[in-house]
Amino acid sequence: MLELILFYTFGAIAVISGILVITRHNVVHSAAFLGATLFAVAGIFLTLHAEFVAGVQVIVYVGGILVLFVFVIMLIAVERSVHERQYNKQWTIALITSAILIVEIAYGLYRGRDSLVLPAVVPPAAAAAGGNSEQVGTALYTSYLLPFEIASILLLVAIVGAVVLSKKRTPAEE
Amino acid sequence: MSEYLTSSDFMILMIKIIVIFGGVMGALVYLTWIERKVMARVQMRPGPTRVGPFGLLQPIADGLKFLFKEDVVPANANRFLYIAAPVVSLIPALLSFSVIPFGPWLQVTDLSVGLLFIFAITSLGVYGIVLGGWASNSKYPLMGAMRSSAQMISYELSLTLSVVGVLMIANTLSLNQLVMSQQRTWLGFIPRWNIFLQPVAFLIYVVSAVAETNRLPFDLAESEQELVAGWHTEYSSLKFAMFMLAEYANMVTVSALATIMFFGGWSGPLVGPHWLKAALPTFWFVSKIFLFIFFYVLLRSTIPRFRYDQLMNFGWKVLLPLSLANILATSFVVAIS
Repeated sequence: MLELILFYTFGAIAVISGILVITRHNVVHSAAFLGATLFAVAGIFLTLHAEFVAGVQVIVYVGGILVLFVFVIMLIAVERSVHERQYNKQWTIALITSAILIVEIAYGLYRGRDSLVLPAVVPPAAAAAGGNSEQVGTALYTSYLLPFEIASILLLVAIVGAVVLSKKRTPAEE
Repeated sequence: MSEYLTSSDFMILMIKIIVIFGGVMGALVYLTWIERKVMARVQMRPGPTRVGPFGLLQPIADGLKFLFKEDVVPANANRFLYIAAPVVSLIPALLSFSVIPFGPWLQVTDLSVGLLFIFAITSLGVYGIVLGGWASNSKYPLMGAMRSSAQMISYELSLTLSVVGVLMIANTLSLNQLVMSQQRTWLGFIPRWNIFLQPVAFLIYVVSAVAETNRLPFDLAESEQELVAGWHTEYSSLKFAMFMLAEYANMVTVSALATIMFFGGWSGPLVGPHWLKAALPTFWFVSKIFLFIFFYVLLRSTIPRFRYDQLMNFGWKVLLPLSLANILATSFVVAIS
């Protein structure tokens, strides 16, 4: 019962602050709510007995990516961004597509309403397999080896691309 | 639930929390005295001598002064974030003590992912600095905060990567088991500490740890000569004291982690009667931490500050490749043996 309450509390926090991230005018507030969302997701991982993933979630997203966001925010004039127009002319189309999406999700939820009460989470034999981190490692390097390697190559390409794009051109190259 | 609150397990947990929290807070306060005294000796000064014998009551006088000083909030500061920033920096710094094993039994909780927990928690400390510098709405704090965030992101990478080699040898993320894995000895007298197996990782760890805690020679976030006092220029009174406490707490945390990962944690020779055997592990652990703190202070009083581009070059072009090479080499050796 406690796990169910925690799961839905974290879920609600994640969704509500997720909405606030895109509706707040002040970017600093948006960043703060993004932090709340990321923490709530880490909390959901914890209620599912995935301690390793929860820790990595906080390290990578809150301790890394969000810091970079805040770093950029400090460089821009926040006062101006508050008065900036938040939506452009495509908002009617966006509204229609998201309404359709919401109906779809609602229908999906309705069809699967029996599964809304989560089954009691059994810690997936963590002690037997030697702990949560070991299980993640084993899964990554055996069953999901190929997707894992493809993802790492993709990230490498993205990094190289970012370096190439942001590098200053010397006169000789032009 | 109410049965648990009256059980002896809960009482023992509460006692552990009070002992560890009280001990750590007291130690943090006296670290300021140690730092001032040691630095003074290095620079051939007597240091604090007036309050109490050897100036021993100086930290208490300082604490009272922090309490009664005027609490200034700059007129154009973002009030909420300005007040929140010291709290944001102190809470993660103190939270990490909840998983550190101060002895075989003196540990609040032994998480299976204890090391990951500490890295996750300490990676939040940068928010206190960044928010404090930004919310002050003044140029020197902003400069300090920006330098600090760039520096901490850069050195966090090599700090985290440097411990991977140790983890490959110990096969665990639990801090208690990390200590247990270093209990045996070679030839009967050389302790089986990871420092002998992972010397390169240890060097990378120490350098990155000094950079992570914003201490000299990596204190570009404060850098008095250029930025007045960096990100906490506008802070006064108890808010400033919270920033200072957080800095010292972070120093103790990284020193404790270094002790646990490379110097066998609380392990050491156990002699004497029963009660001494119970107390000695904690004594060894605290002494090893103290050695690191001493090293920190000596470093601060002898080495000049890096330039900003040197700092970035060193982090990305020396420490990061070195820690990756260390991981590669260690994984080869572990795979072969």
